[in-house]
Amino acid sequence: MSDARNGHIREINGPILRIHMPGARNGEQVRIGSLDIVGEIIALEGDDAIVQAYESTEGLRPGEEVEGLGHPLTVELGPGLLQGIFDGVQRPLDVIAGLAGDNIPRGLRIDSLDRTREWAFVPREGLEPGTPINPGERLGAVQETETIEHRILVPPGIRGELIDLAPAGDYCLEKTIARVRDKHGDVHKLKLFHRWPVRVPRPYTQRDHGVEPLITGQRILDTFFPLLKGGKGAVPGPFGAGKTMVQQQVARWSNADIVIYVGCGERGNELVDVLESFPQLQDPNTGRGMMERTLLVANTSNMPVVAREASIYVGMTMAEYFRDQGYDVVMLADSTSRWAEALREVAGRLGHMPVEEGYPAYLGSRLAAAYERAGRVETLDGGRGSVTLIGAVSPPGGDFSEPVTSHTKEIIGTFWALSKELADARHYPSVDWVDSFSQDVAVAAGWWAQNISGAWVKRRTEALALLARDAELSRIVNLVGPEALSSAQRWELEGASLVKEAVLQQSALDEADAYCSPHKQFELLELVMQVFDRGKELITLGAPVQELAEHPVMARIRRAKSTWRSDESEQLAAFASEVYQALAGLRSEYASSQESAS
Amino acid sequence: MSDVEYRRATAAQGGLLVVKGVEKVAFGDRVRIRDHQGRQRNGQVILAAEGETLIQVFEGTEDIDLDNTWVRFLDQSLTVTVSPGLLGRVFNGIGEPRDGRPPIVDGEARGINGSAINPAARNYPREFIQTGISTIDGLNSLVRGQKLPIFSGSGLPHNRLAAQIVRQARLPGEASNFAIVFAAMGVSYTDARFFRESFSDSGVLGNVVMFINHADDPPVERLALPRVALTAAEYLAFDLDRHVLVVMTDMTHYAEALREVATAKGDVPARKGYPGYLYSDLAEIYERSGRIRNRHGSVTMVPVVSMPSDDITHPIPDLTGYITEGQIVLSRELNNQGIYPPVDIAPSLSRLMKDGIGKDDTRDDHPRVANQLYALYAKAQEARNLASIIGAEELSARDQRYLEFARDFDKQFVAQGEDENRSIIETLNLAWELLSRFPREALTRVSETDLAHYHRSGEKVA
Ligand SMILES: Nc1ncnc2c1ncn2[C@@H]1O[C@H](COP(=O)(O)OP(=O)(O)OP(=O)(O)O)[C@@H](O)[C@H]1O
Ligand SMILES: [Mg+2]
Repeated sequence: MSDARNGHIREINGPILRIHMPGARNGEQVRIGSLDIVGEIIALEGDDAIVQAYESTEGLRPGEEVEGLGHPLTVELGPGLLQGIFDGVQRPLDVIAGLAGDNIPRGLRIDSLDRTREWAFVPREGLEPGTPINPGERLGAVQETETIEHRILVPPGIRGELIDLAPAGDYCLEKTIARVRDKHGDVHKLKLFHRWPVRVPRPYTQRDHGVEPLITGQRILDTFFPLLKGGKGAVPGPFGAGKTMVQQQVARWSNADIVIYVGCGERGNELVDVLESFPQLQDPNTGRGMMERTLLVANTSNMPVVAREASIYVGMTMAEYFRDQGYDVVMLADSTSRWAEALREVAGRLGHMPVEEGYPAYLGSRLAAAYERAGRVETLDGGRGSVTLIGAVSPPGGDFSEPVTSHTKEIIGTFWALSKELADARHYPSVDWVDSFSQDVAVAAGWWAQNISGAWVKRRTEALALLARDAELSRIVNLVGPEALSSAQRWELEGASLVKEAVLQQSALDEADAYCSPHKQFELLELVMQVFDRGKELITLGAPVQELAEHPVMARIRRAKSTWRSDESEQLAAFASEVYQALAGLRSEYASSQESAS
Repeated sequence: MSDVEYRRATAAQGGLLVVKGVEKVAFGDRVRIRDHQGRQRNGQVILAAEGETLIQVFEGTEDIDLDNTWVRFLDQSLTVTVSPGLLGRVFNGIGEPRDGRPPIVDGEARGINGSAINPAARNYPREFIQTGISTIDGLNSLVRGQKLPIFSGSGLPHNRLAAQIVRQARLPGEASNFAIVFAAMGVSYTDARFFRESFSDSGVLGNVVMFINHADDPPVERLALPRVALTAAEYLAFDLDRHVLVVMTDMTHYAEALREVATAKGDVPARKGYPGYLYSDLAEIYERSGRIRNRHGSVTMVPVVSMPSDDITHPIPDLTGYITEGQIVLSRELNNQGIYPPVDIAPSLSRLMKDGIGKDDTRDDHPRVANQLYALYAKAQEARNLASIIGAEELSARDQRYLEFARDFDKQFVAQGEDENRSIIETLNLAWELLSRFPREALTRVSETDLAHYHRSGEKVA
């Protein structure tokens, strides 16, 4: 590289090094010492630069040479990304396993994308030599997996006139497929891939409103706390509450085009779980293998800390790249707290003033800037694409007032708060209906009205109100005992329990219920609310609460979600009318007995 | 460089030694120190700068005389020698024999920090281990390659429980073939002896490697100990194809030693004085468990974590819970009622249970039975709370039934003998005995087929 320069190590303090390198640039990548470790310059002090190393620095010595690479941390964007598993600086872990065995060695120089594989490229029609070329424009496409057409884009920043475009055929990544002459007369050779610096958001024409909800197939999310495509969501919760499960469920069942799952400072086995289970699952929306639209970024908790910080940006840049192709992308980040801790660790070693719990003052702005890269946009070529970002938050001691959770809460639009009490009672997903919120209900309501039922908003509101009553009444019971409640109030408790058990609880491990279509979601909610309404009436007619609560249909209603799959809506509807009939029977019984009594 | 001894120590404090004027010392290098009495101490370089080196001394820096301290840099990272001869031996925290026998020389020296297992090389753990303990097997199953800590408190029987697991753990229907790595940090002589006797009584001593750091041994050595022990465990598992069960006690002493050194170094504290990197540091240890593709062995970890003041939100149990694949939580209240093992099921969890149980592994109804017991127990806890406010007599018939269920659950399902080894089928049958007190309509977490097979309607309580 032309502006490469050299320096040497002055001090090694864990992952942070001080190097002597006059003329170094902030953000520049470096290669360190005889071990050839990768690092990044994060601060300059006179002729010294502070470097964070993405690999363990054990064995390095002061005096060893450091090579400046002259460019910032970039990722490779092109065919071959999907179905891959990359580390926090986009090295392909499956290739590394093949090369180096079970453990990850240091100092590997390895391409992110396979250079030898050939891809069948189909040029876009009408791109004759001489055609003006704009940044972000589509040159053609490669069918990367059966579901995903990988659209080959002119990299942002390149504008000019097409000299030539390759004909349909098989090309490897390094082959030039198009040449563009810019206004200075410089010729740019375009390939199937290009590089992009991860800390720079990719450009778009303008931001757009979210218009439809992301359907995740999870009732508590879609029906109660919806998130829009292009939205920002957070899942905070203490350990074991189900953050990873929620994220994996969204990765599996949501109706996104592309899913990017970033395991940031979490368990290795959780990524293996995805790698082993996804290829065996079908995307309910396309019927195709689920792995075809998925890619993983893995910086597990035992991998070097500072690469954790990079992994979020690496994932986000790849997400934006697919957005620019006109896709709806979902990026899951598990966990943003580990990212923040990596930031804290580096800040601490740099001697930055800690403000809260050791975190530097810029925690909030860094978090906001990362989330800000999500959104629905008009792409450079006039299309629409979106990145939905869902971050898990792991608050120490489960305390939501800690810095990462509280900053995140101010930034996002949908908050799925997980509760230890619910998780301990094995009420999954343990999304707490009191602490959670969604700012997108109004937009989502439009979608539900148009596609499922106009009654969605009403039923949703009623169910939430019933849950609120439940909390209130339970408090009374805990003060003075159940005898203080009227029959109508005790029926409210029963109704709330039905909402919880027949609607809210949804096991990720239940094959029939792991994914619940919007239609089934509404049918179950409608069924439960109907039963509640009709029961209320029965009680005014003198039916004992206990008789209703122990009526055999109640157990069947609680089991309905796992009895019928999403594609068995006829059976579910038949069951519902059976229930309504049973209740109608009771009603005429009590109505007549009341008449005869009067 | 390794032959040269430097007399250039300029400061010593809190287990750290500063050496000036030695050039090009490698970060992480192993150090040998000779003190004024000629005693040898061991250390590791934790900061390497031009002309200044900071060394962490495993034996501590007590009564160091700076002018009479000689430092030698060994030009190698911290290693431990592994060989099949490890089994049956006892070592200290840095792998030196403490059983009076000679050090192992015929083996291979391995760096104790290892390097991260490539997630793409891992195999998902899914083989059910029967521990013979109902609350674990039935409700929080352990699988090969899992890391499942015991969260405990002072005076609770975590050591007895860990020893029982070691004695009884096996795949259903097989004889135990675990090799055991026992890593003790800051333990009392009584506790160390208890484990040794337990291993010896069950005749497994020849299959055990022990790494022991007593409560009065230098705390800094505790930082190396789990890494040394896990290097041995990985060798046994991935070189010798053994299934290894690692028992580590007590991780709280480890974390306290880490805090001590961090404070001396001036690291920015995060919570309760523990450094911000405690999470990553613990993860480097816990994540060494697992299964690897194309390898036959496995590393299963049962660390003991005592919760200071029984507080599960204390940074040590808290961060542990964020890393491990579940936790078995012991309760002082159950212990006070004389229930052994006093496992509090509500906060206990095994995340890897889902793939290790069910039709092909234990029994078809297992996952749903576990779920149902949890749901009932949660309701029973509500009834208990209510009873404590308004009195048990005031409870509805339904709540009374929950109350009775909870009592019998604790007495019959949770409680068992220290030598009682229940098969998973016995555990599940016991569960159905308790479930059958409820009418079928009340059991909506199990399937109708389960009810038809296992519900004992005859014993139904009205
Ligand atoms: N939707 C669900 N259905 C069934 N089980 C669930 C569900 N959500 C969580 N669980 C159970 O809870 C366990 C813990 O969930 P998970 O691993 O997602 O927690 P977490 O919040 O990510 O914890 P950590 O912060 O420690 O990573 C799971 O292993 C599973 O047993
Ligand atoms: Mg998780």
